[in-house]
Amino acid sequence: MIQIEHLSKTFGAITAVEDVSLSVAEGQICILLGPSGCGKTTTLKMINRLIAPTSGTIRIAGRDTAELDSVTLKRSIGYVIQQVGLFPNMTVEDNICVVPNLLGWDKTKSRKRAAELLEVVALDPAMFLQRYPCELSGGQQQRVGVARALAADPPVMLMDEPFGAIDPINREVIQDEFMRIQRQVGKTVLFVSHDIDEAMKMADCVALFHDGRIEQFGTPDDLLAQPASEFVASFMGGDRVMKRLRLMRSVDVASQVPPRQGGSSPAQLVVKPGDDLRQVLSQLLGCGQDWALCNDSDGRFVGYVHQADILARLADHTMPRVH
Amino acid sequence: METLRFILDNHGLISLLLGQHLFIVALAVGLAILTGVPIGIAISQHAGLRRWVLALAAVLMTIPSAALFGLMIPVLSLVGYGIGVVPAVIALFLYSQLPIIRNTSTAISNIDPALREAAIGMGMSPWQRLRKVELPLAVPLIMAGVRMATVINIGIAAIAAYIGAGGLGSLIIRGITQTDTRQLLAGALVISVIAIAADYALYALQRLLTPRGLNTSTLIARRLEEATT
Repeated sequence: MIQIEHLSKTFGAITAVEDVSLSVAEGQICILLGPSGCGKTTTLKMINRLIAPTSGTIRIAGRDTAELDSVTLKRSIGYVIQQVGLFPNMTVEDNICVVPNLLGWDKTKSRKRAAELLEVVALDPAMFLQRYPCELSGGQQQRVGVARALAADPPVMLMDEPFGAIDPINREVIQDEFMRIQRQVGKTVLFVSHDIDEAMKMADCVALFHDGRIEQFGTPDDLLAQPASEFVASFMGGDRVMKRLRLMRSVDVASQVPPRQGGSSPAQLVVKPGDDLRQVLSQLLGCGQDWALCNDSDGRFVGYVHQADILARLADHTMPRVH
Repeated sequence: METLRFILDNHGLISLLLGQHLFIVALAVGLAILTGVPIGIAISQHAGLRRWVLALAAVLMTIPSAALFGLMIPVLSLVGYGIGVVPAVIALFLYSQLPIIRNTSTAISNIDPALREAAIGMGMSPWQRLRKVELPLAVPLIMAGVRMATVINIGIAAIAAYIGAGGLGSLIIRGITQTDTRQLLAGALVISVIAIAADYALYALQRLLTPRGLNTSTLIARRLEEATT
């Protein structure tokens, strides 16, 4: 869907982005991750040509974006920024209708769309359509920001640290919310972040940037399990093994093999299929048991989660396999 | 009391002079808005140019009004308008430039860069950005400049009576030459009152033109009202 080939950007003598190539399949979330000043935002802004590339090509749906008029290109891409940038002189409705209006949509159609989108981002249209941005909390503003970017139903969304200014508790909430929206709308998303947990949680693929280059491109599990360099290993952190556990659910390791009798106390630990393995392992260690029951929300038996199976998963490719 | 009686006895003359006075000021400020706002917008994105233009406007402002009116006479005599309304309007027009240009350019250049980035990123043209986002947000500050220009000019216009432009300054001059305190005070009083009244009227206009989303206090009041009904 998005193919970037040999993209570079120099500002005078400074090279901000150097020979970046990556491709993102339709409906996937690709996170551009890295420390500040690593060129990830510059890369993002070259896609909707807020910054003109020095060299390289960007294709969206097979089409070279350099052939498109810059304004047409921008209107066809959803754009969300950290500071949100809702226009304070416009109501929520008018903010969402900005791009539809620029595209000359019929008024009733764009208004209907605004109401629909507020539902999508879990804000009550009756309550919020006529409000002004100054009447919204930070989290609500960013939801409206996402709705505004979705307004003209663009196939591609660019998001520049969209949840970076939101407090940690609400950030988790809005991340989950966004994942729910994404399952519904299936956009191709390029997302800039410096938050490794956010990347591990949301990304289908991650491009880890360092000094204007891509240090490693792969799935979150690839980066955690097989860091390509010292930099990647240190950026992912010393606890990257534990971070890998967050990517797996107890249902992934649940087995029908019953535990050997006599090992555990009768007070058995019960986990849900959706619980991540870090949480499960932590609970197992906490109560000194080596297995847990996995039951679904109706209490039906799904399988047994053995501590040994969890550890085996990590060994899976954290260490080179010995034959 | 005597002054008030004088005003009441001569209300015909005073309203005529008041009309002249307001006409000169309104014409000068009106023309100054037409030039000052576009100049302010144009210089808002160029720090170097902005400094020069504002310095020039500030220099104009420091010329004493009597001197400026005096300067107009020989210059405009060349085209046959040495005295009267024309030089008065031109002088007041020049005095209006500084507050209007300065406030406009400050308002536009102080707009949150995130809004500009969002607007560009969504595909607004520079003109659409100006019309839909930047100008509406700049209204309060631009209007504050217009109010300042108007109030200053209502005072300065009194001196324009010396070059035959009429207006309430005529009463003051006549009061001085005839040592008639009543006329002098009447002129001064009416000028003060219309300066205050104009400021209030323009403030009301400013509130009317300011986008509702910028006015937090009225929004809170509105919500409270909604909540109670």
